[in-house]
Amino acid sequence: MTQLNRHIQPNINLVDRISLDKPEVQTLDNDIPVYLINTSEQDLVKIEFIFTAGSWFEPKKLVASFTNRMLKEGTSSMSSAKIADLIDYYGAHLETNSDKDMGYVALYSLNKHLHKTLPVLAEIIRDPVFDQKELETLRQNRRQNFLVNNEKVRYLARRKFNELIFGEGHPYGKVFNESDFDQISQDDLVSFHKNRYNAGNCKVIVSGKIPAGFVHLLNDLFTGFNGQAPDHQGTIPRQTELEDKKTHFVKKNAVQSAIRMGKVLFNKTHPDYVKLKVMNTILGGYFGSRLMSNIREDKGYTYGIGSAIVSLHHSGYFFITSEVGSDVTQEAVHEIYYEIDQLRQHKVSAQELDLVKNYMLGSFLRSVDGSFAQADNFKSLLEYGLDFTYFDNYIEVVKAISREEILTLAQQYLDPESLSLLTVGK
Amino acid sequence: MINFEKFTLDNGLRVIVHKDKSTQIVAMNLLYDVGARDEDPDRTGFAHLFEHLMFGGSVNIPKYDTPLEEAGGENNAFTNNDITNYYLTIPRQNLELAFWLESDRMLDLAFSAKSLEVQRNVVIEEFKQSYLNQPYGDVWLLLRPMAYKVHPYLWATIGKDISHIEKATMQDVKDFYKKYYNPNNAILTVAGDVSTDEIHRLSEKWFGPIEPGMILNRNLPKEPRQTEVRSLKVERDVPFDALYKTYHMCARNHDAYHTTDLISDILSNGDSSRLFNRLVKEKNIFSDIHAYISGDRDEGLFVFSGKLVKGVRMEDAEKAINTEIDIIKNDLVAQDELEKVKNKIESTLEFSEISVLNKAMNLSYSELLGDADLINQEKDLYAAVTRESVRETANEIFREDNSSTLYYFSN
Repeated sequence: MTQLNRHIQPNINLVDRISLDKPEVQTLDNDIPVYLINTSEQDLVKIEFIFTAGSWFEPKKLVASFTNRMLKEGTSSMSSAKIADLIDYYGAHLETNSDKDMGYVALYSLNKHLHKTLPVLAEIIRDPVFDQKELETLRQNRRQNFLVNNEKVRYLARRKFNELIFGEGHPYGKVFNESDFDQISQDDLVSFHKNRYNAGNCKVIVSGKIPAGFVHLLNDLFTGFNGQAPDHQGTIPRQTELEDKKTHFVKKNAVQSAIRMGKVLFNKTHPDYVKLKVMNTILGGYFGSRLMSNIREDKGYTYGIGSAIVSLHHSGYFFITSEVGSDVTQEAVHEIYYEIDQLRQHKVSAQELDLVKNYMLGSFLRSVDGSFAQADNFKSLLEYGLDFTYFDNYIEVVKAISREEILTLAQQYLDPESLSLLTVGK
Repeated sequence: MINFEKFTLDNGLRVIVHKDKSTQIVAMNLLYDVGARDEDPDRTGFAHLFEHLMFGGSVNIPKYDTPLEEAGGENNAFTNNDITNYYLTIPRQNLELAFWLESDRMLDLAFSAKSLEVQRNVVIEEFKQSYLNQPYGDVWLLLRPMAYKVHPYLWATIGKDISHIEKATMQDVKDFYKKYYNPNNAILTVAGDVSTDEIHRLSEKWFGPIEPGMILNRNLPKEPRQTEVRSLKVERDVPFDALYKTYHMCARNHDAYHTTDLISDILSNGDSSRLFNRLVKEKNIFSDIHAYISGDRDEGLFVFSGKLVKGVRMEDAEKAINTEIDIIKNDLVAQDELEKVKNKIESTLEFSEISVLNKAMNLSYSELLGDADLINQEKDLYAAVTRESVRETANEIFREDNSSTLYYFSN
């Protein structure tokens, strides 16, 4: 037997093409589009309803998230406890969630129990009552939860940062406070539900192993569910430019400081978006990134540091985030600026760029592995009127981007003068 | 049902192969049978610090992460009281690279002084981030030494104290590696669109030449039966009072394990569970409350943890938990309610099989417990739990002199 030479790395083959089948689309009688991603071998399914019902649309702070969260707290025929009992008994799971743009309601169920679980999903979407007692309990517990989170430097930084970059009063910049919990009423929720959780405002993604007759069943359960979303999408207010982009927020006795730095950009429909994803990965988007290599793996200032590009319907932003020892906060900030400067001064090496490309393609392959993962990815496109063909372009752009382009992007988008810096700590 | 095949190399490395044709990703899980319970009481936090050092380069590979990222892979690791577990996912076509990487760091590490220095700081920052700079973050640092007096579960995986991490020397690192990071102390699982023949060949090629280490003779002190009520009051700079209670429970391999797990589900799994329904929703005593088991290999803990609604007195909150404990000790659980938590388990198991990485982890861990096939027996073991055994086990666990209570007051 020949001696094994461990110095020689086994060959690597690149991820070349990733083909995803286009989801089948069917339309319910009330025109709700239903996208079917039928790619699982296990007898289970996830049904997700997506409404344009995020905080962007709320007339008053917290109304969007409370409306969403209260859906499963009682309908005209079932109490909150009854809903929970039924769902738990059949080993299913109801998930409600809302963000800045959308409101989501999802059911995870074994197929053999769908005839029992799907009607519950339909009912909480169609007929929630927003019971006053349930609202008071939720109000109290969410307020307490908020006050606990407010003790965390990372949470404080995240809240404050949006306000900093979008400006006070901008729908993406607004932050709620303790007093806002007292302001919302049952009527607010009823009216927000009526306006936003309706057929004209809704898309459905189904993934897993979709049983025969599923769409028919869904259609029956949503017969008579109609309505239109108000045309008004809200005007996009101007961002208010802050005079001083560097802000410190005091949190007494903190042994670490949270750092957030970044700026407003644009969303995934912009031609530079994917290219910026590549630039961002180099800077702070994976374990071997420059920020991580320098500030964690060389200096040991932090347990973790990263950066990301976030897409929103009407905007988008770039940010760097970390929690670092209180005594090294200034040093860490200095190193972050240093790494940004490096990216703006020098072309990335071919070796580093290749590594990042490979990493991103592998990462992409992982992100579409399995039916639910594909559904999540599809969801992130659907909201922008895009479909899986977007990924063909994504792969092409990642493969083709040059060292020069990265340099130009960094010079164009990462001017340190344009970045807001927030620190929260001692 | 997770199909698998397994074999053992001459050096004692156990290898498990799971075939899943539906994915282009392969998951590799390498479990080392060493955790915080194996540490010296004066050098706690070491197993976890060591996990960080496993990324600092091995004898033939200067940096673990770089080649893996180049191959489109991703990895991570965790340490708990019982095990240190390394895992990665990689596009199918680059599988051999994973064998190269994992076998080299089992063969020998680079032991760089710089890596020790930096990772020591990183772990200290992790300690601060997770335990010191969070409201209620020190709870487990207080609960463990109250519940345990002699068994090494008395310290947290992160360590008793930052000073222990500061003290670690290169000699400690080398000794630890030599003692625990050996093929006969590890379980490798590969899951994906692979064949057993191929994995056998790659395992022999890359792991086969590694020398086995000493056979470990674990002789951990057994925690004596607790026979007194324990409690501790602290005041902290947090917004709300909180209440924590632990009871000793059986080990992972004990017959009563599945019953104990279902007791925690009856109390606390899902919005229809007893604690949530009655103490959060109906009585507004807690803003949130959970009951769960630690699930450790040795005798573990059954834990209650709840945050009080502002204005509720600590005595009343404790009384409310005790009332629920009395109910499950005295009344047989309704057939429907038991059926419900069993259905939930069935569903959880089914959903956990979606991910190829999950399956690889579960197979490795089941093998550590005695047989990889245990993962496939779980459903039946839960199904066999009876109403009577729930009551009996509840009486066994929830003795007052088996309890340790932490009254965590807002100042």
